[in-house]
Amino acid sequence: MSVLRPLDKLPGLNTATILLVGTEDALLQQLAEAMLKEDCTSELKVHLAKSLPLPSNVNRPRIDLIVFVVNLHSKHSLRNVEESLHHVDATFFLGKVSFLATGVMKVEITGRGFFAAGQESHCSIHRNTVMKLAHTYRSPLLFCDLEIEDFRAAMAQRLVRMLQICAGHVPSVSALNLLSLLQSSENPSLEDL
Amino acid sequence: MDETVSEFFRRTILKIPLTEMMTILKTWNFLSENQLQTVNFRQRKESLVQDLVLLCEENRASLNDAALLDIIYTQFHRHQKVWDVFQMSKGPGEDTDLFDMEQFKSSFKKILKRALKNVTVSFRDAEENAVWIRIAWGTQYRKPNQYKPAYVVYYSQTPYAFTSSSQLKSNLPLLGQTFETHNSTTPLQERSLGLDINMDSRIIHENKTEKERVQRVTQEIFGDYPQPRLEFAQYKLETKFKSDLNGGILAEREEPLRCLVKFSSPHLLEALKSLAPAGIADAPLSPLLTCIPNKGMNYFKIRDK
Repeated sequence: MSVLRPLDKLPGLNTATILLVGTEDALLQQLAEAMLKEDCTSELKVHLAKSLPLPSNVNRPRIDLIVFVVNLHSKHSLRNVEESLHHVDATFFLGKVSFLATGVMKVEITGRGFFAAGQESHCSIHRNTVMKLAHTYRSPLLFCDLEIEDFRAAMAQRLVRMLQICAGHVPSVSALNLLSLLQSSENPSLEDL
Repeated sequence: MDETVSEFFRRTILKIPLTEMMTILKTWNFLSENQLQTVNFRQRKESLVQDLVLLCEENRASLNDAALLDIIYTQFHRHQKVWDVFQMSKGPGEDTDLFDMEQFKSSFKKILKRALKNVTVSFRDAEENAVWIRIAWGTQYRKPNQYKPAYVVYYSQTPYAFTSSSQLKSNLPLLGQTFETHNSTTPLQERSLGLDINMDSRIIHENKTEKERVQRVTQEIFGDYPQPRLEFAQYKLETKFKSDLNGGILAEREEPLRCLVKFSSPHLLEALKSLAPAGIADAPLSPLLTCIPNKGMNYFKIRDK
């Protein structure tokens, strides 16, 4: 089966599985480790893939949330995500897909704290490109510099909460509820894009 | 202590930057902790050096001790030297001998001393079965010049030796001969690929086979050991415009199109080696990038055939 479908398998008992798709393996690995450090009542599983489709001969659990990771410094990573999106069934995009853009900021850490400067000149991909992509697929877009440990930990926490909702482990909140909550906070000017 | 030895100590210690002084002296391990504590490391460098030389005299330091200190200094500053690499080849019908470091050192010294009476040879073992050899050359009638030594770094499990000489290269053939009796061509120790199998079984890599392929290809191209340190690579392209369409503005152009790409990095080859495993580039990399160590060039001109 070369297309991922959200409900083609039975869920595991108290299990929530997330699939991280992106070219930069080291970043994905670190994000996975950060997620597994979180206290969580569900049993978490993290699958890392460079691209889709996934190898077909493997027995894998039902995937509850897919996060596509794009590095704004690498056109290669964007192209990879765009091609992988073709292997995801449309029903996944009802709240079970999210985009994550990394490489957004360069942060200088001085003796007294953070100084964050947007290094937009170093980004090969404009923010708007990724925003447009997320908008096209009606999925939320998260920004996080995965190389910074604190930001990564905060993002990991966020993803774990999203994953629990998408797996149905949070009573009376569904993936679709979450999606509509996230979308209403989007910048209204996005409609103009 | 001999005047010349004392002067050699003075000059060697004077070379060491103050920031590295403690580290190097501790590595040398010739002056004891107590002795080092009696020295004021904050005084002017000349006085500090004088104090240290006095301590060396107290300990009855010999020329060999000074030579060892010189080796340690050079090991810390190896990047400041220019190194040549020699690859030894096995003669026909030679057997693979088992390598014994101590035996190697003693016969190396013997052979050199037999050939040249006035020579100082010192050894220091280093990581990865390597030995650093310091050779101070003299002549029939003159004592060895300690200020222009040659260094040889020999990795015993490989056929490679690195040399750096501050003097004429005329002594190199002699070094070559000295190595002939010690052809160690036992194969490189097998290094496991070291694919980090993460401890957490809750993380599953979907593309494991692909990752392994990339690691394998990278290892085939770059090898297991650290890459030579290179900071720049430059590619100049000169080509005439080629077009399938008849005519077009650029097709008539006589002047070739030129393009210059320059790569710079604190450690370019290691950076290239890590591109594919990091997922930033596909493996195998372009042969234009991977041929740098083989061809021994880092400035390329690419022209039309």
